[in-house]
Amino acid sequence: MRILRAIFAHTSGRIGGAIVALYLLLAILGMLGLTPHNPLMQYRVDRLHAPDSAYWMGTDLFGRDVASRLMTGIGQSFTVAFFSVAFATLAGTVLGLAAAWFGRRWDGLLMRVMDVLLAFPAILLALLIVTVAGPGTWTSIVAIAIVYTPIFTRVVRGPALSLKAREFVDAARTFGSSSSYILTRHLLLNLVAPLTVQVTLALAWALLTEAGLSFLGLGTQPPAASLGLMLSDSRNLMETAPWLMIFPGLAIMVSILGFNLLGDALRDILDPKMRRSIA
Amino acid sequence: MMPLLSITDLRVGFGRNPEANEVVRGVGFDLAEGETLAIVGESGSGKSVTALSINRLVDYGGGRITGGSIKLRRADNSVFDLLTATEPQLTKIRGAEIGMIFQEPMTSLNPVLTIGTQIEESFRLHRGLTGRQATAAAKDALDRVRIPDAARRLEYTPNQLSGGMLQRVMIAMALACNPRLLIADEPTTALDVTVQAQIMALLAELKRETGMSMIFITHDIGLVAGIADKIMVMQGGEAVEQGELNQILDHPQHPYTQHLLHAVPHFASGRATRSDGRREQDKGTEPALKVDGLVVRFPVKSGFFGRASGAVHAVDGVDFDLMPGETLAIVGESGSGKSTTARAILGLVRSTRGTFSAGARKAAAEQSALPVQMVFQNPYASLNPRLSIASILAEPVIATGGRVNAQTRTKMAALLKRVGLPESSLERYPHEFSGGQRQRLCIARALMLNPSVVVLDEAVSALDVSVQARVLELLVELQREFGLAYLFISHDMAVVERIAHRIAVIYAGQIVEIGDATSVLSEPKHSYTKKLIAAVPTIDRRREHFELDTRQVPSLVRPLGFEPEPARWDEFGPDHRARVEA
Repeated sequence: MRILRAIFAHTSGRIGGAIVALYLLLAILGMLGLTPHNPLMQYRVDRLHAPDSAYWMGTDLFGRDVASRLMTGIGQSFTVAFFSVAFATLAGTVLGLAAAWFGRRWDGLLMRVMDVLLAFPAILLALLIVTVAGPGTWTSIVAIAIVYTPIFTRVVRGPALSLKAREFVDAARTFGSSSSYILTRHLLLNLVAPLTVQVTLALAWALLTEAGLSFLGLGTQPPAASLGLMLSDSRNLMETAPWLMIFPGLAIMVSILGFNLLGDALRDILDPKMRRSIA
Repeated sequence: MMPLLSITDLRVGFGRNPEANEVVRGVGFDLAEGETLAIVGESGSGKSVTALSINRLVDYGGGRITGGSIKLRRADNSVFDLLTATEPQLTKIRGAEIGMIFQEPMTSLNPVLTIGTQIEESFRLHRGLTGRQATAAAKDALDRVRIPDAARRLEYTPNQLSGGMLQRVMIAMALACNPRLLIADEPTTALDVTVQAQIMALLAELKRETGMSMIFITHDIGLVAGIADKIMVMQGGEAVEQGELNQILDHPQHPYTQHLLHAVPHFASGRATRSDGRREQDKGTEPALKVDGLVVRFPVKSGFFGRASGAVHAVDGVDFDLMPGETLAIVGESGSGKSTTARAILGLVRSTRGTFSAGARKAAAEQSALPVQMVFQNPYASLNPRLSIASILAEPVIATGGRVNAQTRTKMAALLKRVGLPESSLERYPHEFSGGQRQRLCIARALMLNPSVVVLDEAVSALDVSVQARVLELLVELQREFGLAYLFISHDMAVVERIAHRIAVIYAGQIVEIGDATSVLSEPKHSYTKKLIAAVPTIDRRREHFELDTRQVPSLVRPLGFEPEPARWDEFGPDHRARVEA
């Protein structure tokens, strides 16, 4: 509750929060089937119909309502992004803390593995995993999670190494604090800010990667909708039916903006130094 | 004729509304050619901002000069208005007419360029020298600041030189174009006392040689006694008092100047040591801490397979004991092993050899699980910024398996009150406290477990003098109240004189002299102790000339299997002995 109120008091938090909330609402409505039209229904007479009062965002080549497909597509894309980033954050934090804490051999081994993963371009690695495991929503989630884990590992390991050498950790050792206490209270708590920023950025990237996978036909499978798939379908009709590209494109762009604004706000709010000036 | 530099009613502000956020409010002074002005004040008094306004570097720090005038008489006697000057004009003035040296020599130099390249840069900019000429000029500049073997040192990168050497390089760069005014912003604060003495001697000599004027900024009024002609004391952005050196030091008029002179611990060669709680000569009491033959070595690995080829002998056979209610000060320069000794006792670094025991002092029920606690140097780094004060104080209790109950809370509140902080602090976070208050919090945290020994590792070094005096007072009170034994690690002899009962002088990992504070300070026996004491700046040693001494601390890296010779001691009285020198 306190965090929600603080987000509302923060200017970019208010804007970012509103955008993310709007997307969540659209996604839920889409998943519940409360869309203006059936997203899979093909209105053959109204193929490539320009936006008007009946079809708010027009129709596609098969006469399906773009607005309805966009709502279900947001639901689909967000599900993939949220789950993959959640897994990547969890795995990356655990691995990064372990590397920093145990140091030496563990650090070397873990980070070299991460380097190998990082050496592949994100989309290529995701493609490889999906090709091996077969396309589908859950393989996309796992693939994207694996792709972004090394980034989280690095983001956690660096600051954790420097925090480990700080005097308050030495102080904690002098009165005999347990490793788990030091790891959670002194390291993890101070990592909240960089992690929040990274999570919001990764959500944006994950959306793009999902879009990329779908664009290449390895993510969400037609006739289901996702933002990337819609964008991919629109590319041949860019000149005749620009709305097919504009609306999914805008949806991706605005969602990324929303996540970034919210991330900035969270970083400020979670920092005790800023608490005074906000509250 | 107009003085070299004339400043009237200078006002500098920061932020969006500089008029409302003035940190310098109406400062004015004149500086004649060849004169040295010392600007003295505590942190936040506006002394650095004043100095940075002169060469307009303050503009880069987000400051704006909102009023007043700064006039510089140039070499051709024309008067130059620094306030209305354009940036290209200022670039010419900086370096050529006004040189500057900063506090941190380690961060003022670019770590990836050789010092030769960096010195040549200023010759290239201001005198248009290139190639061999520039190199020759750079070598001359290093010779001038008495860096031995200058030609070879030009090829060094900053990490290969010690702090004192780097500060000399900075001075060489500042003086490259014979500026007529040198601004020195706390140039020795980051350095050891003996190195500080060398730099001060060098500056005094260079001033005599070149006849330049100098503005010397410092928080240590004792330091300027040897070099300044005039002193300006600043507080809260205003110059509260200025005048001739002797007049200010001997007859301060303003209460703040008097307070500063009073608060600064003046080194009195053993005349100001504590008279309470002296060590009893009977051997009945059990020591609170006994350290026997402590050795800490760090392996040095080299070669492709990382085989140990030697060891850094950080602490090489240290023993002492510490009685309840007693303060033992460990003094020495950076790298001497004094902090490593403390960290080994706390178990933060593993000792190679040696034993230590913290004896029983209290009744068994009251006996603490961890009788030795520590207060660290940097009050900004030793408190987790994300935790509230309540969580910070509770941590030792949780760590030793206790529970946070009403009793713990009462204890936290009582300790906070005892160290002079309100109970409401519990709900607050570290950043809401000043440096002195944070150090009080650290002391309270160290006392949560009823320790019998508190290790204070440079615990007051980062604090302003007047804050430092109050924290020292608090420490003495707490010592009497709880019968604490202090292991006080410091490089500052004047502070040590105020708090120590006994002093151990440590050099290259070994104790070279140990004994009763009064006798060690008044009659030092070991040559290193003498050198250390001679380097302490005091207002009593006005205009005293320091000898230039370029000896460096010997390398502590020893070959494998090296063992130091067993120490032989000369006794000088009941509690005073010094190591026999080779």
